[in-house]
Amino acid sequence: MIQFKHVHKAYKVGGREITALEPCDLQIPEGQIFGLIGHSGAGKSTLLRLINRLEEPTSGSILVKDQDITALDAAALRRFRQGVGMIFQHFNLLSSKTVADNVAMPLKLANELSKSQIRARVHQLLERVGLTDHAQKYPAQLSGGQKQRVGIARALSTNPSILLCDEATSALDPQTTGQVLQLLNEINRELNLTIVLITHEMDVIRRICDQVAVMDAGRIVEQGSVSEVFLHPQHPTTRRFVYEDEHLDEQEQLKRFAQITGCIIKLTFQGESTYSPLLGEVARHSGVDYSILNGRIDYIRDTPYGQLTLSLIGGNTAAALDAFRAADVMVEILRP
Amino acid sequence: MSSFFNNVDWYDIWLATLDTLMMLGGSMLFTVLFGLPLGVILFLTAPKQMFEQKALYGILSFFVNVLRSLPFIILLIVMIPLTLLITGTSLGVAGAIPPLVAGATPFFARLVETALREVDKGIIEATQAMGASTWQIITQALLPEARPGIIAASTVTAITLVSYTAMAGVVGAGGLGDLAIRFGYQRFQTDVMVVTVVLLLILVQLLQSLGDRLVIHFSRK
Repeated sequence: MIQFKHVHKAYKVGGREITALEPCDLQIPEGQIFGLIGHSGAGKSTLLRLINRLEEPTSGSILVKDQDITALDAAALRRFRQGVGMIFQHFNLLSSKTVADNVAMPLKLANELSKSQIRARVHQLLERVGLTDHAQKYPAQLSGGQKQRVGIARALSTNPSILLCDEATSALDPQTTGQVLQLLNEINRELNLTIVLITHEMDVIRRICDQVAVMDAGRIVEQGSVSEVFLHPQHPTTRRFVYEDEHLDEQEQLKRFAQITGCIIKLTFQGESTYSPLLGEVARHSGVDYSILNGRIDYIRDTPYGQLTLSLIGGNTAAALDAFRAADVMVEILRP
Repeated sequence: MSSFFNNVDWYDIWLATLDTLMMLGGSMLFTVLFGLPLGVILFLTAPKQMFEQKALYGILSFFVNVLRSLPFIILLIVMIPLTLLITGTSLGVAGAIPPLVAGATPFFARLVETALREVDKGIIEATQAMGASTWQIITQALLPEARPGIIAASTVTAITLVSYTAMAGVVGAGGLGDLAIRFGYQRFQTDVMVVTVVLLLILVQLLQSLGDRLVIHFSRK
């Protein structure tokens, strides 16, 4: 578990103090994938780097497994960092070293294993990320997705309990992004690894995170389980991220529905109810007709969800709404 | 043909070539020995770098600039007392090496500093995140990543040293430059001049192509 207790970070630039992170309290549970989302300059990168003290907090304390890491001296900090992996947007692999030597680097720096043990470990890691054939290549000979997989293998080499991901998929194309997210998802499960990732894409959060914190101007403005935050965004910044992901703007949508008659509602299904034949059932019993104006059925990590915008015409609208609610479907009335 | 090379004493040429090579090798060795750490310190203590030390950087930078702005021919003469102190003579190969090193080290150190600045900051950050000590960051990440740049800097420095060794002939250092000045210039022996110039040209060409090859060999980008 990672705990931030009133952590504050400010920089001094030419005599002026600039706040990168407002005093912040945060708990990141063990074994989860925790997402931090925000626009550039929101302070998410600072927050991530505080966890392995690449950034020093101005005040406050950071506890990792009940150990205050802000109190570590240089040698203890180095040992602590060996237990925290990190991957980067631009991979940051050493161009002068082969793939195998890059993966071996943290082990060589730690100087705890023999050469043959390191070789065996590197082989095992490259096998895990599917790059055994590329062991003797140099990073420049690899594609972006392959480079990031080398980065992941390198970050995992010392068996860390925490993995920090700094915009790990932002430089990758959508297909490669999918593969890298899949890999992160798998290692989180296999190794019970706590993953903290920062991103500016809601899609990344939706696909692999358990918890999310939304950051804006050095402050965490919203936080909770991904399904809660994604399906019911409260803060304007969160709403912007969610709508960007869904390519919709609620205001504009309502304007477009001006011509449509009937009561316009938005239904949110989660889990098993997503696939149940509820619409037909409710329509039959309450006598309403419905047309689907907009909708999306997808997954939040592994949980299916659906969001449908309907217009209900005729019949007993109140009974229909009750029936939806009774089936554990969240109902929002957009226009009565 | 043979009448053209009448004045050329090939044995003297051979000895002078050896002197030049010894001056070059000796001064290059010490230049790298002193210049590489100096370059690393300049890089690390520079503003906005890992160990920003304004005062130290300022002082080092000042001395480097002073030595670099001094014309080498002046440095040769000014250095004589110090050279005597170090080597016991201001003549010959031994007498030439201290001023050569003093002239080339600041030049090389600046080039090393520049080469290190070319290293992606993300790589330093990644190495820090692995739990590397400062020494490990320098030896395991910075220097290997900057290797092509440092080799290129060494090539440029070696070639500069070749021209410096020729100048060192003026104060009695020996070598091809000395031969060119004493015989080629002062005794109007054009043939000696031609031979020494051609040899110096060949030496520079060899150094450059060797350096280029090494840069290509160690570049993985």
